Amino acid sequence: MAKLESSLKNMLLSLTFITLGAAALLAGGYAITKEPIEKADRAKQENAIKAVLPVKDATLKDPVEITLDGRADKFVIYPAEKDGKLVGAAVQTYSTEGYGGRIDIMVGLDAEGTVVDYSVLSAAETPGLGSKIVDWFKTDKSNRSIKGKNPATTKFEVKKDGGDIDAITASTISSRAFLKAVQDAFDAFINYKNTL
Amino acid sequence: MKKLQIILNGIIKENPTFVLLLGMCPTLGTTTSAINGMGMGLCTTFVLICSNMAISAVKNIVPDNVRIPVFVVIIASFVTLLEMVMKGYVQALYETLGLYIPLIVVNCIILARAESFACKNNVTDSMLDGLGMGLGFTLALTILGAIREILGSGSIFDMKFIGDNDGILVFVLAPGAFIVLGYLIAIVNTFKKK
Repeated sequence: MAKLESSLKNMLLSLTFITLGAAALLAGGYAITKEPIEKADRAKQENAIKAVLPVKDATLKDPVEITLDGRADKFVIYPAEKDGKLVGAAVQTYSTEGYGGRIDIMVGLDAEGTVVDYSVLSAAETPGLGSKIVDWFKTDKSNRSIKGKNPATTKFEVKKDGGDIDAITASTISSRAFLKAVQDAFDAFINYKNTL
Repeated sequence: MKKLQIILNGIIKENPTFVLLLGMCPTLGTTTSAINGMGMGLCTTFVLICSNMAISAVKNIVPDNVRIPVFVVIIASFVTLLEMVMKGYVQALYETLGLYIPLIVVNCIILARAESFACKNNVTDSMLDGLGMGLGFTLALTILGAIREILGSGSIFDMKFIGDNDGILVFVLAPGAFIVLGYLIAIVNTFKKK
């Protein structure tokens, strides 16, 4: 078959035909993957909540949204109860000041607000550097770990800013954003406790 | 041209990274570790094979003057499709590579192969060319990533062999990518001349 001549009609027809084909392909792909994507996202969030809670067999109560001054988006608190008593919470927190933009984190706090564990939900930090936030602040080495520390008594800032936590080497901005998000989670949790 | 030759052409003689020097942006950006380099290479291979086949199949109904927009539409569609599928079915892989997937659209290797191979050859040959080029790209990225990971983080495929913070940090950063790539190209050129 000979190649089509570049006349206006041929160009229009050909482009329309190809873009329609592409649109159909994408629409089909979207329809098929929509459910698995939602399911995977939900599973990821549930796993994140479960992973950071202080007491593993606690019952999760309905999530509560908390606003903090100077923060645009709401913080979501998933309170955990055992035998009718608040044993802690998973707090979904964020920072918009990461090196690669927004960072979303799930932080687990016990009833006093001491950090139990955390899990990074989404981040776009520099691979190999800022991306280490995923496990840097869990590593039990010098002053890296934030586990078992309470923002009320420990200063959740990097050493360079006069805080008590070691920043990731060569990723001070990512570390600052991360610690700020954890501090916000703590503040939101305290606000939530005060409303009880 | 023999089928095997088309594949080998992409891996060795016209290796997209070491010989054609195409697609430098993802090459330098994603090769901070061997596993990232390999993942990026394999994703690119998938898109390359699909887009080469699709472009080769429609080449006769596309007038010359609109071929570039058509190529871009086809490539972008496959990349988006790949992203959706990864998100839905292999979330773990998507988390490490998700950031780079949209970058495949602007990888000039794919457009270059569409322009210089797929729109002149039949579907089977185009598929083989995509496979060869993709494997060549994957190989190059894996080697580059492995060297940077060994020097920069002291690990290989995430297996640590020296302590934290003892790596040479510059190799994880962009300048390290240029240095390693420069030496690799020099080595490849030496062997090619013989």
